[in-house]
Amino acid sequence: MEKNNLSRRSVLGGALGIGALSLAGNLGELNLAHADNGTVRFANWSLYLDYNNKSKRYPTLDLFTKQTGIKTTYSEAVDDNDTFTAKVAPQLQLKKDIGYDIVVLTDWMDKRWIDSGFAQKYDSGSVPNQKNIVPFLQHPYFDPQRQYTSPWAGIIGGVAWNSKNHPKEIKTLDDLFAKENKGKIEVLSEMRDTIGLIMMWQGVDISKPFGEDKFMNAINKLQQLIKDGFIRQVKGQSYQQDLINGDAVAVIGWSGDINQLNLQNNTNIFKFNVPESGGTFSTDNMMVPVTAQNKSGAEKLINYYHDPVVAATVANYINYICPVVGAQQAMEKINPKAVTNPLIFPTDLMWSKLKTFRQLTAPEQRKFSTAFQKASGNA
Amino acid sequence: MAYVANAVGHNKKTSARRGRWTPYLLLMPGMFWLITFFLLPIIKLFDKATQSPGDNIGQFVQTWSFSNYWDSFWGAKAQFGRSFLFSFLATLLALLISYPLAYAIAFKSGKWKNTLLVLVVAPFYTSFILRTIAWEQILGNQGPVLGILRTLHLANSNTHITASSFAVVAGLTYNFLPFMTLPLYASLERIDPRVLEASGDLYANSWKTFFRVTFPLSSPGVLAGTLLTFIPAAGDYINADILGNPGTKMIGNVIDAHFFQTTDYPGAAALSIILMLTILILVLLYIRRFGTEELV
Repeated sequence: MEKNNLSRRSVLGGALGIGALSLAGNLGELNLAHADNGTVRFANWSLYLDYNNKSKRYPTLDLFTKQTGIKTTYSEAVDDNDTFTAKVAPQLQLKKDIGYDIVVLTDWMDKRWIDSGFAQKYDSGSVPNQKNIVPFLQHPYFDPQRQYTSPWAGIIGGVAWNSKNHPKEIKTLDDLFAKENKGKIEVLSEMRDTIGLIMMWQGVDISKPFGEDKFMNAINKLQQLIKDGFIRQVKGQSYQQDLINGDAVAVIGWSGDINQLNLQNNTNIFKFNVPESGGTFSTDNMMVPVTAQNKSGAEKLINYYHDPVVAATVANYINYICPVVGAQQAMEKINPKAVTNPLIFPTDLMWSKLKTFRQLTAPEQRKFSTAFQKASGNA
Repeated sequence: MAYVANAVGHNKKTSARRGRWTPYLLLMPGMFWLITFFLLPIIKLFDKATQSPGDNIGQFVQTWSFSNYWDSFWGAKAQFGRSFLFSFLATLLALLISYPLAYAIAFKSGKWKNTLLVLVVAPFYTSFILRTIAWEQILGNQGPVLGILRTLHLANSNTHITASSFAVVAGLTYNFLPFMTLPLYASLERIDPRVLEASGDLYANSWKTFFRVTFPLSSPGVLAGTLLTFIPAAGDYINADILGNPGTKMIGNVIDAHFFQTTDYPGAAALSIILMLTILILVLLYIRRFGTEELV
């Protein structure tokens, strides 16, 4: 899932991941040289960790090093689940170090890593803070006992718009795909969010075992919307630029992106809604690759990020859903305004509208993603 | 006499023997380079193209599925056609823009010649992607182009330039312009001014001189420039990705999606081979038809 990129890193990451890809490659190689037992090498998405613009440091990582003596190298190496995995899979197959001891990927991809033997189990009892994980995420389908993964943040896929150019609230996908928005709508290149939202719009429960026909119905709908000129582009994080400059007025986008858009532009014109038909929910999770050089250090770091105060510090910066119990209370001291932000600490009503895309088998994954790429013009 | 001849013959033999191996020894570095960076990857590509997915992500087994070629080609025929159409248009536009530019630099720029050449090359100092993103801003909703058009009432608030074939072709043309300009300049600059004077002495007017003398003499530059523009433009996917919409994707986008979105390496490899061979055939035909002795 591509993440926001409006800060200093916009230049690198905004390049549709292509620039970031080569950068990530370089970072990966650099990190190989740094591998030693006292260091944990952490690969994450861009703008996904609290960062101090002045000191150019990551405060929570510094605190971790201070507390434990374990050094860290942090790379914003992940810009897309498929791309990142495609890049490191050959090395993982050969059990060669990929240059990272922790990687953060989205749930469905975590499942594929676990099934492919790319992730390793935590040592039992090595991540005691897992007890702090919010109940909703304690036993996910991709890792029911949380033996391989620990949640980093939750992401809601929904509708977003620029209220300056589109004053009317968008409550449903019918509102989104209204005639007056024709040619000014963009949707995510992440299949599970875009197709998931369309499927729920068509009345399908995406968390239950649905058949191929239901999926293809949504693909056809998407194709029709593109053909009729409603959707101008299918893209990743760069939809935010288009929302700002008006090339797009409304999008299928991610909750945290919209939070950050408002914060970084010092405004509140960017709005986000979970559609009435339902929104998609996914989590990004920390995993230890089988090739990790410092497993125990990695586990300590994962445990550290499930501390409520640390988790609240991160959530306050990244603006995605915080997966840690107690962080909401801790947030009162950090940023009282964020305590009631439903996009960081969702309300029960919001939870009830969110669904997670069901697990796909490997052949389904191939077939569905090919169909999605075809609809997006890429195949 | 026989003795001398024998001695000479003997000498010849040893030097011939030594000489027989010298060229190969001298060729070694080049051969090594070609084998490592061209032959091996190509073999690997052909090997990959007929494989099928295995159980794990990124794992493939050789099944000699030659149908991969046809399947991937047929699935992407629209993008194939579009790639060649777009790159043809971009090449043509680049030629029309570059020729007067190169002509002016070569014949009319005087002391500004070097400065102008530097200006042609200057955009190369920034990344290709950044330049394309810059064009997204320039052609975008709040960009100067639409701003001017709106002031002139040639566009309204609903007009968009980005996310269109026009923007993609414009981006391709811009990005490959220096590849066209430099070879054109090189061959124009080499034209002996006395030839042009002679043309005038023979009562040719300036148009006639241009079409009968200047242009033919610059044809190696035209050939090199068009090839250097067309070949990379046909495989480009950045412009279509950033400036286009789902209906303007090119073959590069399909290969990229095969690699990174659907993890279908065999399909990507098969498409790459087809693209490579198609370009090779087109270029051979083109050189055959318009080829000159020298390229630049």
